[in-house]
Amino acid sequence: MPIDKLILIWQSFPSLLKGTLVTIELTAGFLSLGLILGIPLAFGEVYGNKFVSAMIISPFVKIFRAIPALVLLFLFFFGSASFGFELSAFTAAILAIGFRSSAYQSQIFRGAIQSIGVGQMMAARSIGMSKLKAVQHIILPQALRLSIPPWTNEYAGVLKDSSLAYAVGVTELMRQGRYIVARTFGNALLVYFVCAVIYFILVYSGNKFLGFLEEKYKIPGYEIKKRPRKSLERI
Amino acid sequence: MSGIVLKAENIHKSYGGLSVLRGISFEVKRGETKVIIGPSGTGKSTLLRCINQLSPPDKGRVWLDGVEITDPKVDINKVRSSIGMVFQDFNLFAHLPVLDNVRIGLTKVKGMEKKEATDLAMEELQRVGLRDKASSYPAELSGGQQQRVSIARALAMNPKLILFDEPTSALDPELIGEVLNVMINLAKEGMTMLVVSHEMGFARSVANEIIFMEHGVIVEEGPPQQLFSNPKHKRTGEFLHKITELYGESEK
Amino acid sequence: MNFFELAWNILPALLKGTVVTLEITGVSISIGFILGILLALGRVYGNKFIYLLTTTYVEIIRGTPLLTQLFLLYFGLPSIGVMLSPLLAAVIGMGLNSGAYQAEYFRGAIQAVKSGQMIAARSVGMSKFKAVRYIILPQMLRIVIPSWSNELIYLVKYSSLAYMIQAPELMAEGRLIASRNFRTFEVFLVVAFIYLVIVLILSKVLDILEKQIRIPGLEMQAV
Ligand SMILES: Nc1ncnc2c1ncn2[C@@H]1O[C@H](COP(=O)(O)OP(=O)(O)OP(=O)(O)O)[C@@H](O)[C@H]1O
Ligand SMILES: [Mg+2]
Repeated sequence: MPIDKLILIWQSFPSLLKGTLVTIELTAGFLSLGLILGIPLAFGEVYGNKFVSAMIISPFVKIFRAIPALVLLFLFFFGSASFGFELSAFTAAILAIGFRSSAYQSQIFRGAIQSIGVGQMMAARSIGMSKLKAVQHIILPQALRLSIPPWTNEYAGVLKDSSLAYAVGVTELMRQGRYIVARTFGNALLVYFVCAVIYFILVYSGNKFLGFLEEKYKIPGYEIKKRPRKSLERI
Repeated sequence: MSGIVLKAENIHKSYGGLSVLRGISFEVKRGETKVIIGPSGTGKSTLLRCINQLSPPDKGRVWLDGVEITDPKVDINKVRSSIGMVFQDFNLFAHLPVLDNVRIGLTKVKGMEKKEATDLAMEELQRVGLRDKASSYPAELSGGQQQRVSIARALAMNPKLILFDEPTSALDPELIGEVLNVMINLAKEGMTMLVVSHEMGFARSVANEIIFMEHGVIVEEGPPQQLFSNPKHKRTGEFLHKITELYGESEK
Repeated sequence: MNFFELAWNILPALLKGTVVTLEITGVSISIGFILGILLALGRVYGNKFIYLLTTTYVEIIRGTPLLTQLFLLYFGLPSIGVMLSPLLAAVIGMGLNSGAYQAEYFRGAIQAVKSGQMIAARSVGMSKFKAVRYIILPQMLRIVIPSWSNELIYLVKYSSLAYMIQAPELMAEGRLIASRNFRTFEVFLVVAFIYLVIVLILSKVLDILEKQIRIPGLEMQAV
């Protein structure tokens, strides 16, 4: 690689890192919002009122899964403006992809809860636990464990989707890259390649970390085939 | 307190259009073991769940130690904590080691200190002969061991009554004995038990009475000797004959 | 103009964009299909070198965002003198991307075909190639349908990224209209609705298709 290219990379590193930080913030925001909403959605679907589940949760999940992330971003960003409370691009992105992630995560948790089996709930109730306590001490700890493998997919998915926030002007990694490309001429291939490498490192290390968690919280002897396999599907 | 621990009166339960229990009444006295038998689908499991209200009955009343527990005003969680239940497929909490399985009801339901709960749980494990398995996970145990842990889990709550729903029918034949032995000891120690089981050896040796149920009603009820040697109803005799053939009578 | 009048007025233009969206999806899923099968065969039956090559490809594509891949193709390649039109960059990018994912479904499905099938095929004298061609692939294709349906729906949604490299698909049409009438939110509500309808119809159709070509006993669980 010619020396001037190396210098370019060296010089653009601070701004790329700044972008990376925003990318990480976005990802953390998506996952947290998705988790905070996704868990109650899942429990609502399994244990909640049938009417609420059919009329609210299920349509919410369907709609947020069917509409492309980019369109959701636009709806939240431009929608907030036309309703008179202007969200920052960052906030709009967090809400749009976060809600979307909650729809996906609710399906992950629902699958996990349903694979646990009614016997666990019945046994918990039989020793006098309230429904809430049973969920808290018996169902949730098991569901969270079972959710780690599919959740790893979700992590990689929203990390990659954070790049879409570029479209509404969030200065995440891709946009920082774009600025560098615009400042210097003819370096797009190199700069976007470096971006790709950074994404890859983030996906890879996140996967490794979650794999470590899965191993750490594995239940000894628990049949491996009872755990939902990490689905290969992208979502 | 009166000698009657459990009293059920005119229990009805249906699922959708299917009426499963059609007026069941009986009593269990303190220290007594009653065994319920009857063909599959007759409503035996449903009856047990109606007693601790895991499936509330549509009609009828249940009293525990003279207190009506079908009264909507009672705290049903509190009631359940004093009625043990042992399931056919154990239902041990899969993510918890054996000790925590036994202890969790003490700490999270009864609000006991961890130290005290641990001691008590270890005692109950000792009672079922599994003290050395305290740190194992359920999936690392044999079926018989799992069922004994689940009995310990029920015992730890210091129940007034334990309901057993076919506790040995998911077990390999060579593991049935260890569970029945624990139950026989409990009966001898004076635990009040209501047991759905077709282990006639067990019924003969410890049951004070056998209840024969069919199609959601009690057909006949009486001491084992009487039911075996001279049943009032033809169906009782037929059924007893059939299950004795099926399950044998070799168990202690 | 109320929302419904607006929606009605812009519908023809949006439908034009929708056609492009479907074209992009159709072409890229096909590219991905062929690439995916080759990659999957490479990963299952290839020698060490081929295995490493195909696995690396799959991991890199799956480890980076589609948007970055599209930018590399559309904005990056000109740095080395290769200019692609937006549409071409979009279908190549999405095809290469989808190929990696489809490879994983195919690989999973190949491994789900019972090992006895290969042995049985070889035992009647088929070559390895023939066994794969006539015995393994036909079974694999049926097993893979649920995952593959998912991928198709995924691509419909993610074809919206082609807008970011100026391809004139549904999103781009929406953006264009919004830049003239400044009713961005409402325009994109209509856009969202169109995607919703496409996705719902497609899932239904794929569902029916799945039932039609099922082979009894050959389970079609998602892999
Ligand atoms: N939650 C439920 N919903 C609908 N039907 C139920 C439910 N629980 C039980 N039933 C039905 O009630 C009937 C009695 O079931 P129950 O499990 O009480 O029978 P059982 O006597 O315990 O039979 P077994 O010996 O097979 O355990 C069955 O026909 C069963 O299908
Ligand atoms: Mg039963």
